[in-house]
Amino acid sequence: MLIQLTDIKKVFNQGKPNEFWAIQGVSLEFEPNRVSCLKGASGSGKTTLLSMIGCLSRPTSGRIQLGERLISSLPERFLTDVRRHTFGFIFQRFNLIPGLSVLENIMLPAYPLGLPYKRLVATAQHLLHQFNLSTKADNPVEWLSGGEAQRVAICRALINDPQILIADEPTANLDSKLSYEFMGLIDELRQTGKTILITSHDPEVFDSAVVDRVVEMHDGVVLDSSLKDVT
Amino acid sequence: MMWLFLRKQKYLIDFTLSSLLRRKGKSLGLLAVYILIVFMLASVTLFTHALRKEAGLMLQASPEIIVQRMQAGRHALIPADYLQRIGRLRGVTQKEGRLWGYYYDPAVKANYTIMTAGQVAAPLTEIIIGTGIARARGLAVGDYLTLRSQNGEAFSFEIAALLDEKSELVSADLLLMSPQAFRRLFNVPEGVYTDLVLSVRNPREVRKVAEKLTLQLPDTRPILREEVLRTYDSVFSWRQGILFVLLTGSILAFVIFAWDKASGLSAEERREIGILKAVGWETADVMRMKFWEGMIISLSAFMIGYLAAYAHVFYASASLFEPVLKGWAVLYPQFRLTPFVDGLQLATLLFFTVLPYIVATIIPIWRTSITDPDAVMR
Repeated sequence: MLIQLTDIKKVFNQGKPNEFWAIQGVSLEFEPNRVSCLKGASGSGKTTLLSMIGCLSRPTSGRIQLGERLISSLPERFLTDVRRHTFGFIFQRFNLIPGLSVLENIMLPAYPLGLPYKRLVATAQHLLHQFNLSTKADNPVEWLSGGEAQRVAICRALINDPQILIADEPTANLDSKLSYEFMGLIDELRQTGKTILITSHDPEVFDSAVVDRVVEMHDGVVLDSSLKDVT
Repeated sequence: MMWLFLRKQKYLIDFTLSSLLRRKGKSLGLLAVYILIVFMLASVTLFTHALRKEAGLMLQASPEIIVQRMQAGRHALIPADYLQRIGRLRGVTQKEGRLWGYYYDPAVKANYTIMTAGQVAAPLTEIIIGTGIARARGLAVGDYLTLRSQNGEAFSFEIAALLDEKSELVSADLLLMSPQAFRRLFNVPEGVYTDLVLSVRNPREVRKVAEKLTLQLPDTRPILREEVLRTYDSVFSWRQGILFVLLTGSILAFVIFAWDKASGLSAEERREIGILKAVGWETADVMRMKFWEGMIISLSAFMIGYLAAYAHVFYASASLFEPVLKGWAVLYPQFRLTPFVDGLQLATLLFFTVLPYIVATIIPIWRTSITDPDAVMR
């Protein structure tokens, strides 16, 4: 599913003394079934841009199109529907809910769909098996290591079988070994037909062979958005 | 479709319960304060309502009209010939004179209510007493109780029987003796009574009979049963009001506590809502989840508080509130009120305790959940 951004602008605290233009007229296209990485220093606007693509926030102006569908002007109810069925999110600090077990955290996005419990558990367990976490199903998430927590976050992102996976600074809390492992998982997911968008300022991510395209951002504008194999 | 909806609600309730368990200390603290407030409010309303009900039941057997003679604005003894002067008023089925009064017992610093009864076997030496007096004086059947007359003369009475414990609410301080003994003890001459009582066949004619009495005996005042009942009612309402005023402080403290808890979402709660929205929960799902949370806390508190209040009032004689609600009697009755729950009263209490909490919880959640998940998580 093609993602098209046209002249996207995002301003925080508009009209106030602390007004801040996070994104200043970005136009981009993300092709389906590719791994794209938004690269840039902290505050460059990559996370803001990704959150608008993932319907976690709305642009101040501009158009975001998902395939044939214009999503930037959808009301909240429809945005949730798009978010639920199209996107899976892996957050920088994983954002797992403490106190819940690994299995419960993974099933969380599927609760509002009202699927039968057995089916839900079977899907979650299949994902746990796929990511070598079967033995951790009943553990509270606080007991997990950084790498395990991230794999749980990936399982959670995949529970509703989204077409697009969004990962915000996924290796920021991981060491090099785990970062390589993560990129290996991303490669496997790409091979299953997923479109993957990653933000990172970690060379182990944007220099990885798994990444097809790097979009470099600075102060809310795109500096470079070339395909890696072309550059 | 229905199954889908029910399953969704089940997942939301499961998640809500686990959320409450995750914040065990905070949830239990809130629940405890909430239970206490419901317990206090429910105790007051249940108790005063049951007392009113009890008074109503008790007065059902009492005469429709009491006639008292007034002298200089005070209640005076009424001559027996007033019974003849009343004559044959239409509608009056029965008329008789009563003797009753109060006796202060310095030994226990309590007032006894003394009435006359015909069921005493030995009229001048036997009495029947209420269980409150028996407890206060350590008396049992066969023991003797000495009472002093107005001129200081001592009279000893044998306890022939104790009044039934079931009627203790009204009979704890009651002492029954023969009319002869009463007249001797209080120096009341023959031919006068404390008051007269009339029974009226048709309840709709009571006021008419009272009007005729006032015309026929201008120095008397008729007291209607419904007036006595109204007086009881206003006395209980007044005491209930006093107690509510006393409770206002704690109710306000609870409101502030609940408001603070409800309106000031913690950073952790805001982040959790942001995560839920980000992973695909709708605003309505989050609201439903929080609605269930409010329902679980407030309904549990309501049920536990109400049941505790029920046990407190009907099985423990409302021991916490009796000094305020029962008045000045020294001989507190140990009684069991007839359990009585009024639907409207229950609904009112539910409305004022559960609804405000749910609303106070839902509004800030709604405010948070309509914000973009990205902004909430930041």
